[in-house]
Amino acid sequence: MTALFLRDIRLAVRAGGGAMIGVLFFLTVVAVVPFAIGPDLNLLSRIGPAILWIGALLSCLLGLDRLFQAEREDGSLDLMLMQETPLVLTVLVKCVAHWMASGLPLVLAAPLLGLFMNMDSLAIGATMLTLLVGTPAITFIGAAGAGVAVALPRGGLLVSILVLPLAIPVLIFGVSAAYAAVQDPAPFLPPLMILIAITLFFAVIGPVAAAAALRSSSD
Amino acid sequence: MSPHVAYVAASYAAAAVLILALIGWVFLDGRARRQELKKLEEAGVRRRSETKRTS
Amino acid sequence: MTDNSLAIRKFSDLANPTRFLALAARLLPWLIGATVLFFVAGLTLAFTTEGDYQQGETVRIMYIHVPAAWLSMMCYTVMAISALGTLVWRHPLADVSAKAAAPIGAAFTLMALITGSLWGKPMWGTWWVWDARLTSVFVLFLMYLGLIALNRAIDEPGKAAKLCAILILIGFVNIPIIKFSVEWWNTLHQPASVVRLDGPTIDPEFLRPLLVMAVAYTLLFFTLHIAAMRNEIWRRRVMALRRQAARSIDREA
Repeated sequence: MTALFLRDIRLAVRAGGGAMIGVLFFLTVVAVVPFAIGPDLNLLSRIGPAILWIGALLSCLLGLDRLFQAEREDGSLDLMLMQETPLVLTVLVKCVAHWMASGLPLVLAAPLLGLFMNMDSLAIGATMLTLLVGTPAITFIGAAGAGVAVALPRGGLLVSILVLPLAIPVLIFGVSAAYAAVQDPAPFLPPLMILIAITLFFAVIGPVAAAAALRSSSD
Repeated sequence: MSPHVAYVAASYAAAAVLILALIGWVFLDGRARRQELKKLEEAGVRRRSETKRTS
Repeated sequence: MTDNSLAIRKFSDLANPTRFLALAARLLPWLIGATVLFFVAGLTLAFTTEGDYQQGETVRIMYIHVPAAWLSMMCYTVMAISALGTLVWRHPLADVSAKAAAPIGAAFTLMALITGSLWGKPMWGTWWVWDARLTSVFVLFLMYLGLIALNRAIDEPGKAAKLCAILILIGFVNIPIIKFSVEWWNTLHQPASVVRLDGPTIDPEFLRPLLVMAVAYTLLFFTLHIAAMRNEIWRRRVMALRRQAARSIDREA
């Protein structure tokens, strides 16, 4: 399992692995937003957390359809299906590795973009924290979509369409927790706690569904 | 009151169009399938389980 | 080959498509008759009751809007049960049922959205509000469309059925979460909302046509569902026969 974890991270970090492309996409999306809504710094700082969340959500989805695709192409997916360890566990490890390689850089890039968005340090910290807690949920639920996508010749776009509605709760609680940290009356902890709960919940159903999808598409 | 009546009429019309489209789709689809089956049967293709019976 | 495996899977009586076709043929006329009857009764009731003093004539939209919204949720439930049937019991008719239900559910959801929007314009002064209920129905509509698209994208019926079933079930456990989170988001963003969908408690005068219409819609759904399932079985039969014919031509040549 550790070997699989390390292998996945190494593959993702290597050039062309897609991890850096996700961060670049994140940077580009966020950088394009001011051109659409104008260089009004007050407005930008107000909608900053939301923009960062949208960018993170999209770039998480971007890399997800590759989660099992490479394994299918070189045949190691069949090995994973046949080996002793339960497939759910394998999928979970792959998800964690994928998140470490592509989700964590997004979290680390968020403060820099927060500065671009003229957000104050508290808002940046809160957004970073919610991204740290929330992006794994997107990876987990996206893994189920990626498991489905393996059977499709070019499933990337369709998977995004299927996964995005399911990711709405993550977006809602992520953004509302980030806003709650800045705006005074709204409490910060409840949305954050619910966000954590959603992440844990998806950590259970995501790998189970992905494993089921992989199994049914292989036989 | 009269503009409201227009809204009521529009929503009933929209619902009717949707329901009729649904019924039409199911009906036409069923007819097309039945014709295909009939054509195949005339061509002599039968399900193996139906070689004795005719249905 | 295909026929053999089919014969084994369709061993149990209930699962036999031929038997289902016979049952559908016997049932459908009755269902159609009942549907027409209830629709006539419901529409008569809907147009003979008096308008609400607050909402005026527009209250009549309720009789077609609310049942459509109910049906959009019931249809997803039917699909989720079918998905369980595919994955757990491997019932051969379950994936036919799920596939046939998806377009019908999408149509009912679209109907709920359109009539709701037409109701909202005179009542709230706008076509669309980001109200919790509207938003979650809209998300449901997106999910229906995604599932239909997925089912079309995969050629093999068996594989498509399993993958769709998995996604239907994920969606089914997610719908309460989405509903809950949208409600949270809504209260956060518009604390003093003027929009109140539930309004005063419903008068029995309005309740009667509403319930009759709900029964009519439900009957309509089952009629369409059974007919669409029958179409799907025929479609698969045609495909199997064509393959068989192609193979026998091969053998002769």
